[in-house]
Amino acid sequence: MNDEQVNDEDAAAEDVTPADVRHVAGLARVDLTEEEVDRFTEQFADILEYFETLDAVPETDDDPELVNVLRADEVREGLSQAEALRNAPETEDGYFKGPKVS
Amino acid sequence: MASERAEIENADEADADGAETDKANGASGTGGTGGDLDDYNAFLTRERIDGAADGPLAGLDVAIKDNISTAGVRTTCGSAMLVNYVPPYDATVITRLKKAGAAIVGKTNMDEFGMGGTTETSAFGPTENPRAPGRVAGGSSGGSAAAVAAGLADAALGSDTGGSIRNPAAFCGVVGLKPTYGLVSRHGLVAYGNSLEGVGPIAPTVEGVAEVLDAVAGPDERDATTRDPSDHGREHEHGHGHEGSYADSAAGDADLEETTIGVLSDLVEGTDDRVREAFEGSIDALRAEGAAVEVVSLESVEHSLAAYYVIAMGEASSNLARFDGVRYGLGRDDVDAENETETGPDGDDGDWNEAYARVREAGFGEEVKRRILLGTYALSAGYHDKYYAKAQDARAWVKRDFDAAFEHADVLASPTMPVVPPEIGERIDDPLQLYLMDANTVPVNLANLPAISVPAVGTPGSGYDAGDDESTDVGRGNGPLPVGVQFTGRAFDEETILRVSSVLA
Repeated sequence: MNDEQVNDEDAAAEDVTPADVRHVAGLARVDLTEEEVDRFTEQFADILEYFETLDAVPETDDDPELVNVLRADEVREGLSQAEALRNAPETEDGYFKGPKVS
Repeated sequence: MASERAEIENADEADADGAETDKANGASGTGGTGGDLDDYNAFLTRERIDGAADGPLAGLDVAIKDNISTAGVRTTCGSAMLVNYVPPYDATVITRLKKAGAAIVGKTNMDEFGMGGTTETSAFGPTENPRAPGRVAGGSSGGSAAAVAAGLADAALGSDTGGSIRNPAAFCGVVGLKPTYGLVSRHGLVAYGNSLEGVGPIAPTVEGVAEVLDAVAGPDERDATTRDPSDHGREHEHGHGHEGSYADSAAGDADLEETTIGVLSDLVEGTDDRVREAFEGSIDALRAEGAAVEVVSLESVEHSLAAYYVIAMGEASSNLARFDGVRYGLGRDDVDAENETETGPDGDDGDWNEAYARVREAGFGEEVKRRILLGTYALSAGYHDKYYAKAQDARAWVKRDFDAAFEHADVLASPTMPVVPPEIGERIDDPLQLYLMDANTVPVNLANLPAISVPAVGTPGSGYDAGDDESTDVGRGNGPLPVGVQFTGRAFDEETILRVSSVLA
C-alpha cells in the first residue's frame, strides 16, 4: 500500500504487510495496537484473497430506474443550535470545540 | 453547555461503567449475559415511551434496535463510541409506531454498528438465544429477536444490511422481514451501508410482522430513497399490487394452488444437515398446500458474499468517519483517561488527525476497525477497480439473475442460515468464518428485494401443524434447534412472501 505497491495491479493479497495495515489505519484515522496490526495483517490476507474471487465476475451494466427526488429549496425547521451541539464532547460559545493544534 | 454535557454523563455513568465490564466479558466469549436488564442481555435500555392512545397498534409493546434514533433516549449502536449518545429527534419509523398507538419498551442489543451476525461484537456483551441456551441469538439485530422470542416484547424493529433481521429471526425461532429497499424510511437509522440496508419488523408470527409493516411502510420526505409501493404496481398475472393491508396478506388462509416456489439450489447445497432437513420438510408442507415447486440456480450467487462485503465495508469506512470525538463520540478526556498517549497531559499536542485516531481507537471495537480498514483499502487508489468496481458488476449480475428467476417463480426459497445457531464464543475469532454465515442472506440486499425468514416446520416457533404430534414450542431441552426458511419476493411485492410464509407461521 505504499505508492509503489499501489501502482502494481498484480499486488497479491497474500503480500499484505504490517506496514500496509498501518498505512490504511492512518488513512482511516484509527490508531491500532501492535497486536491488532499483527492480527489484521494475517486476517486481511485471507479476506482479500477471498475478495479476489470477484476477478471472475463479468462486466455487467446496471441500468437503474432514475427518479427525480429534488424538492423546492425552502427553509424548514431544523435542529436548534443546542440540540445540534448536545452530543459534542466539548463546546464553547455555541461552537463545537476541537483539539488544540500545536 | 459544559454543565449540560456533565448532566448527560452523570445520568449514564452507571451504564458507561457497566459497558466497560461487559466489553471485557464479551471478548472472552464465555459470558452468557453481560447486562442485568433481562435474562438474555437483549435490552441495553429499558425505558417506556408511550404512543398515541389509539391506533391500529394500540396495546402493542415494541422493542427497538439500538441503532434507530429515539428522541431523548440513549442510542448506542452497541458501541462504546456512542455510550452517551442521546438523539435529538425520532427516526421516522419511531414517529409512525407511536402514531399507530404502539408503545416502545426499550432499546435492544446489537453487533456494534450492525457489524456481525451473532451480537458478540456488541460493546455490551453477547445476547443469549432464549430458545437455545448457551448459543448466540444471531445478529446483528440479536437483541430485538431475543426480546420477541422471550416474550419481553410483542414485536421489534431491526435493521438489515446483509441479513441482520433475518439471521437473528431464524436463530431465535421468530419471524423477521427485510422490506424492499425504499419501502421503509431509513431517516434516523444510524447509517452503516446505506445502499444495502433497511429497517424491518420482527414478531412471533407473519401476521404480527405484517401489522407492524403496515404502520411503518411508505414514502418519507426525509428519505429520498423511499417510494410509494403503488408506483410499482404489479401488472403481471401472478403479482399483487398493494391494495389491502399487509396484514390482510398474512392471514394464513392462503391458497397456494396458483403459486410457484423456486428453490434456490445453490443456497441449499452445503448447509448443515439439520438445516437442510427442516428446510425440505417446510417445502414439502407448502407442496402439500398446493404450491408448485421448481429448482432454480443463480449463477451469480457464488460471488454475492465477496461483493457484499466489499460494498458494505466501503460504505462503512465512509459512514463511520463522522465519529471523530468532536461532534459525536467519546471526548478526548475519556480517551486520555483510558489510554496512554504520546501527548502531554493537556492533550494539546499533535494535529486533529491524531486526536481523531486516538478517539477512534478507544471507541471502536475490533470488528468495526477491521471493516473500516478493509473498506478504506478496497476504495484506495489502485485497488478501487480491482475490488469495488468488480463488486458493483457482481451486484448488477445478481439483480439480473433474480429478475430472470422471477420470470418463472413467484417466490424464491432457501434456508435463511446455512448453520444452526453457534455456541457463544464458537466463531468470534475467525472473521472470514463469520462472514461466510451470511451467504444466503446477502444476495437479497444486493438486489434490493424483500425477504422474510420464518421458523421451519418442526422447529421452535413454527406455527405449522404438520398433523403429527410434534410440539412446535421446543428448543429448551433436547429438541431441535431453531432453523429459518427464507422467502424472497419481487421488488415491492411484500404481499406474496407474506401470503406464502403465513402458511408456516
